[in-house]
Amino acid sequence: MIRDAAGRFGFTPSLVVGLLAAVLVALVSVTSGAYPLAFTDILSVITGREASDPVASMVLLEVRMPRFLLGFLVGAVLAVSGALLQGLFRNPLADPGLIGVSAGASLAAIAVIVLGNTWLGGWLAMTGEWALPIAAFLGGSGTVLLAWRIANRSGQTAVATLLLAGIAINAVAGAATGLLTFYANDEELRSLTFWTMGSLGHAGWDDLLVGAPFMLLALLAAPLLARPLDAFLLGESVVGHLGYRTDTVKKAAILVVGLGVGAAVAVSGLIGFVGLVVPHLVRQLLGASHRVVLPLSALVGGTLLVAADSLARVVVAPAELPIGLMMALIGGPFFLALLLRTKVI
Amino acid sequence: MVLCVNNVQISVERSRIVHGMDCQLAAGELLMLLGPNGAGKSTLLKAISGDLPYIGNVMLSGRELGYWRPERLARQRAVMPQRVDVNFPLTVEEVVQLGRRPGAARRGSDPAVDRLMNELDIAHLKHRLVPGLSGGEQQRLQLARVLAQIIDSPGDRLLLLDECTSALDPAHQQLVLDLVRRLAKEEGVAVLAVVHDLNLAAQFADRLLLMKAGHLVQEGSAWEVLTPDLLETVYGFAARVVELEEGYPMVVPRRSGLSGTYTAPWNPSCRQAS
Repeated sequence: MIRDAAGRFGFTPSLVVGLLAAVLVALVSVTSGAYPLAFTDILSVITGREASDPVASMVLLEVRMPRFLLGFLVGAVLAVSGALLQGLFRNPLADPGLIGVSAGASLAAIAVIVLGNTWLGGWLAMTGEWALPIAAFLGGSGTVLLAWRIANRSGQTAVATLLLAGIAINAVAGAATGLLTFYANDEELRSLTFWTMGSLGHAGWDDLLVGAPFMLLALLAAPLLARPLDAFLLGESVVGHLGYRTDTVKKAAILVVGLGVGAAVAVSGLIGFVGLVVPHLVRQLLGASHRVVLPLSALVGGTLLVAADSLARVVVAPAELPIGLMMALIGGPFFLALLLRTKVI
Repeated sequence: MVLCVNNVQISVERSRIVHGMDCQLAAGELLMLLGPNGAGKSTLLKAISGDLPYIGNVMLSGRELGYWRPERLARQRAVMPQRVDVNFPLTVEEVVQLGRRPGAARRGSDPAVDRLMNELDIAHLKHRLVPGLSGGEQQRLQLARVLAQIIDSPGDRLLLLDECTSALDPAHQQLVLDLVRRLAKEEGVAVLAVVHDLNLAAQFADRLLLMKAGHLVQEGSAWEVLTPDLLETVYGFAARVVELEEGYPMVVPRRSGLSGTYTAPWNPSCRQAS
């Protein structure tokens, strides 16, 4: 009953299961951590009754809630960006990390951190508290465009060239990051580490306020591209034959990825593998149509990242592992398994 | 005229592939484009499909291609490319549905889609994943998707087919070309098809165009185009052309050399060997 005639899980049951899992993970996430909270604390805060423990209320509202929301948004955006890029390139191995988007966004953010007081003082004065996310956004979309142009020289997207260009861009961005690290002072170094390993540890309402609009915009815009992206799965020329404006679709997808991933990197640093693993998982279970893949990837990506974040807080408590490391620990083996058993993507 | 091609020249990577082609196609007409490999058939078709830039005029219903809005054009012109590789897990039905306009039908039951899948003998594959299908099944699937795009559009309709039977067994070749011919004759679709099989062309086409090295060599009925002399000069092989009871010609390549060993006369090394 749950699986359809093609042996895949239906959209609605999957959505229900996904939402239930998300709620469950949300509850686990807001209760776990260095300061123990009980479900009753959450209930009393939600219902507006004054909690017996004022610290519990503070921890829940000021620390756990924004962290959960931010984690969910970042996971959703990374997964959806992965799905968009994989559809656009007709390649299941495309991922914001592989083609250099994350590295570009992170490099721009690091440049703002390290050079903010000197060379980039004007940028800080101009953009104020938005300096980081805007820089990360520009860095992210800039690198996608660069990789895209390199791979598109002959008018057709050469996927191998794109991935190679991504490797080159990653290398250059890595070197530039290293150079900035070399110049950074101790305080800047601490912030730098945060970017390169990824963390939700600093998440607060102000981060959410800055990053959420970009990420929500990306998440809301992505489903508009579902139908033309399905056409992309048949090849680029077919997109035009079916009456879509191929170039507009490409540019829109790149803009959405740059916007979303730029903002995600801005608030949480580098978190890999979500964009690669989640869309692949969703396609295996529910099929490749983007009308299904995009919303479910958002749900699964958000849930997965929040779950990994909860785990990262628990395993070495009271300290916590950077979430980027956690995801790489989970994603690396999965990626290998993917390479070994992929026959039909 | 549904399609008017006037003095079209096409260059790919700075070398001229098609030199000044002209052709016209009326509603309900089935025109087949013949010629050896590299003659420029597919290149011409790609230009009419909007995949390649060209010099000259290509008019659909009297209006230059570039002046059409893409979404409007997709309802009048459908294109089947030589190859479509699907390596993501889409089902047969999902791929055919991609040919439908957004909102043309709700998910599940679309009579036009069901009809096309039946006619092309892929209805039993409806829920199968496309990457697991055979080459011939994929080819029929792509044709179903392409036809779904224009099957219920009003106005002039142009169907462009690039070797749409190359992966099919003889029975399915007949099934597919019979369907295409019926669409032309009964629904007035104008069809321009690139084919390699001369005998299928003779059997189904209203008119043939023979191309070589980017030029039009001959245009006309099967009897006018498929002559031993033209086949010799254009393709470089010797053939007999026999008349079938059905009234159309059949091309039978001649064997040369000793009986039992087939030597291709257009291949110099073979000629030496005999």
